Amino acid sequence: MTIPNAFTLAEARDALKEKRLSSRELTEAMIEAMAAARPLNAFVTETPEQALAMADASDARIAKGEGRALEGLPLAVKDLFCTRGVRTTAGSRILGNFVPPYESTVTQNLWDAGAVMLGKTNMDEFAMGSSNETSYFGPVENPWRTEGSNKKLVPGGSSGGSAAAVAADLCLAATGTDTGGSIRQPAAVTGIVGLKPTYGRCSRWGIVAFASSLDQAGPMTKTVRDAAIMLGAMASVDPMDSTSVDMPVPDYEAGLDAGVKGMRIGIPKEYRIDGAPPEIDALWAKGAEWLKAQGAEIVEVSLPHTKYALPAYYIVAPAEASSNLARYDGVRYGHRAAGAKDITDLYEKSRGEGFGKEVRRRILIGTYVLSAGYYDAYYTRAQKLRTLIARDFTQAFEKCDALLTPATPGPAFAIGEKTADPVSMYLNDVFTVTVNLAGLPGISVPAGLTKEGLPLGLQVIGKAFDEAGVLRVGRALEVAAGFSAKPGKWWGA
Amino acid sequence: MSAAAKRSKLIKGETGEWEIVIGLEVHAQVLSEAKLFSGAPTAFGAPPNSQVSFVDAAMPGMLPVINRYCVEQAVRTGLGLKAAINRRSVFDRKNYFYPDLPSGYQISQYKQPIVGEGEVLIDLPAGESAVVGIERLHLEQDAGKSLHDQHADNSYVDLNRAGVALMEIVSRPDMRSADEAVAYLKKLRAIVRYLGTCDGNMEEGSMRADVNVSVRKPGDPLGTRCEIKNVNSMRFIAQAIEFEARRQVDILESGGSIRQETRLYDPKAGETRSMRSKEEAHDYRYFPDPDLLPLELDEDWIRNIEASLPELPDEKKSRFIKDYGLDAYDAGVLVTERELADYYEELARGIDAKLAANWLNNEILGRLNKDGRSIGECPVSAAANNAIIAMIADQTISGKIAKDVLDIVWSEGGDPKAVVDARGLRQVTDTGAIEAAVEKVIAANPDKVAAAQQKPKLAGWFVGQVMKETGGKANPQAVNAILKARLGLPDEG
Repeated sequence: MTIPNAFTLAEARDALKEKRLSSRELTEAMIEAMAAARPLNAFVTETPEQALAMADASDARIAKGEGRALEGLPLAVKDLFCTRGVRTTAGSRILGNFVPPYESTVTQNLWDAGAVMLGKTNMDEFAMGSSNETSYFGPVENPWRTEGSNKKLVPGGSSGGSAAAVAADLCLAATGTDTGGSIRQPAAVTGIVGLKPTYGRCSRWGIVAFASSLDQAGPMTKTVRDAAIMLGAMASVDPMDSTSVDMPVPDYEAGLDAGVKGMRIGIPKEYRIDGAPPEIDALWAKGAEWLKAQGAEIVEVSLPHTKYALPAYYIVAPAEASSNLARYDGVRYGHRAAGAKDITDLYEKSRGEGFGKEVRRRILIGTYVLSAGYYDAYYTRAQKLRTLIARDFTQAFEKCDALLTPATPGPAFAIGEKTADPVSMYLNDVFTVTVNLAGLPGISVPAGLTKEGLPLGLQVIGKAFDEAGVLRVGRALEVAAGFSAKPGKWWGA
Repeated sequence: MSAAAKRSKLIKGETGEWEIVIGLEVHAQVLSEAKLFSGAPTAFGAPPNSQVSFVDAAMPGMLPVINRYCVEQAVRTGLGLKAAINRRSVFDRKNYFYPDLPSGYQISQYKQPIVGEGEVLIDLPAGESAVVGIERLHLEQDAGKSLHDQHADNSYVDLNRAGVALMEIVSRPDMRSADEAVAYLKKLRAIVRYLGTCDGNMEEGSMRADVNVSVRKPGDPLGTRCEIKNVNSMRFIAQAIEFEARRQVDILESGGSIRQETRLYDPKAGETRSMRSKEEAHDYRYFPDPDLLPLELDEDWIRNIEASLPELPDEKKSRFIKDYGLDAYDAGVLVTERELADYYEELARGIDAKLAANWLNNEILGRLNKDGRSIGECPVSAAANNAIIAMIADQTISGKIAKDVLDIVWSEGGDPKAVVDARGLRQVTDTGAIEAAVEKVIAANPDKVAAAQQKPKLAGWFVGQVMKETGGKANPQAVNAILKARLGLPDEG
């Protein structure tokens, strides 16, 4: 028997159902693993007492035969989701002591399905970053290391803590949020599955906002099946979120193994970028072959406005962020600077001290692009591009059922390697931002290792609300790739 | 020359006459139990911060959800202003920092308001009227209130008002005098009160105005305007306009030019003062609120609201003139308040309509004004007043006794007919009784009889004496006729 930490969500669910294991045993194993893995810095806040209480309650339900979809399954929650009575920081000093008196819809859905909360995971400050290095609580280290090296690698971002926690078996699964790739990119570079659902599929209520028109919560799991199970519990229409969509939540797990026979898979030619490592293109080609071998038809498609996606994203997202983050002013909650002489001084000091460099940079960019005289040149044009990018996908989906692309332009890089050059950092999202701009679902599935032994992922992009199709293709890739590598457990005793 | 220019009340300067041009932006608080984007209540005068939801306080992760009833109220108001209702409108964020604005932005409507162009007919002296154009009406949130007088060193913030729905109603620069501006506000207030969409209470701040004032030589293009912010009474608005117009004329005539700026009216000093210039104006960085979908209205829904509109002041006034034969002035006074108009219609039922209007204006409103009460607080019902006037008409009582009856019913209550009977106030038409009284007075004043026969005008003295003798109850016409016959005076009718 595998040690319980290494269980997938589905395996643990079945073990609990068949009473081969109790939620308490499972949860205790996780708490122990979390403690041992503190060098990874994956968690900002651990909630072991709460976890054990929830586990005991689940065991009681299971004993009565009243187990729900995620009964007794210990999960980690990105520290962007507000959790009632549990500090929620968004990775920022400005919210360093904030304890919400309310629970986000997505996490409430998980607890209502019986899940157990282990703690809150580290993340880039306000989800702004691709390496988890912008967190006020310090960087997260990727559990993966290059073979024979002790060099510390980033876990990707912004959901870096969640990715590291899942990859290191500190939890069965975790929630993430994805604004430009913040679920899929860290999933790819830590060898796990990350799914960004269609915009509106999961409620944004109670999630600290970064860029409201792009933010979307999703699961980060060990397998595609686990992603299907967890999305089923996370998704709902929510009257508290006007942008959530009233669509029935299907049983995502049910159609998972239906296969890709007869499906048309599009290969967007614009995703072949100069300077990408040959391993990326090779893996992409291999992915197409895998799907073809399972009966899919591979078609070349064009997404001509792809090259404008990153610039458009880095206008729209900071613009919205500059406004969303205005509420952190030191007046009602969060960090308030001492010794301010008037209200302007209070704002400047509190925000200057409370926000890190990258957040300040994006607030400035966003403020600039919305300013009188610049609005049309930047914001309006970016919105037009967004429309064109969405139209590219609509046209591509006339020729195919789903798209296959690389998830990232490369594997995990070293901590500190890209912090000096924001643009090189932003380029990490080159394959993922388009999906956010178009509001589509996308999944990153681990598909292979670099020759240095670091994981790489492939991305499947689907039509709006076709998470089932995306999961089905993802599952086909997973089966063909047979990815079973795990990071060496260099941390802990 | 435009109709507006003809009405102009020009002001005299050193260099000739100047025309004042006025436009108003009125903020009218929507009558609604809940706020525009949260379920928090809106009661006036509640303890500080007792009407605040997590959304209003801009807690992290909170999202606005539009209040359908507030939208309905805005549409109703738009229809009452004979304005175009925009089937699609957009909520924007107006970004600025202030402690009473928790989110750092106000949700408003900028480029696409819910209501487009309309008009308001204003009542001018001598029963004339003029049209003031409405440019737009949009929905927006109110801010909270900063309290600077509660503590020696600290300021406090009360968020009860934060998020309350306001309608900003923007007029065209169609007014040409302070009187017209006041007439416009009065009519606007009457309309929203008829509609039940705003209580129009300026003292409680549920209606307040920003006043745009410029001056020009008649026939010249529009001059540079100054905006006087947040004036909260009709009287102050009139004073502010008078002061501001004179200030601008003085500047222009001494060779200066008007700086476009925002000014404040100081009622104590009776002057406007500069608040900030155009150069210092905020850059609000408006952009569409990504938390809210565009507001799409169903045509049938709008038509249903339209079908439910009450008769509005202008239509009511026309009907009063036509059906009751009132003059424009009286009809205009009676329709200023819906309750007053309703009261009048009940009062006038089956009796002389002009008599009823005079009775209402002179007797009822006179008494109410003295007590500082509104028609809704009138202690005597319309039906009771109708009964009193009916008794005058059928000569049961005299006009003078009628006023006495009203006084009694006003202070003691009761049915007017019963009061007349119980107190023996019924008019004496029995000629025998009057003749007896006449004989008594003549017998007691032989010298005056001779004088009256010489000078018939002195007969009036006898009338008074006979009335006194009969306790005021004698029918005055009968007394006159009998006296004249008895004194041998010619009956001049």
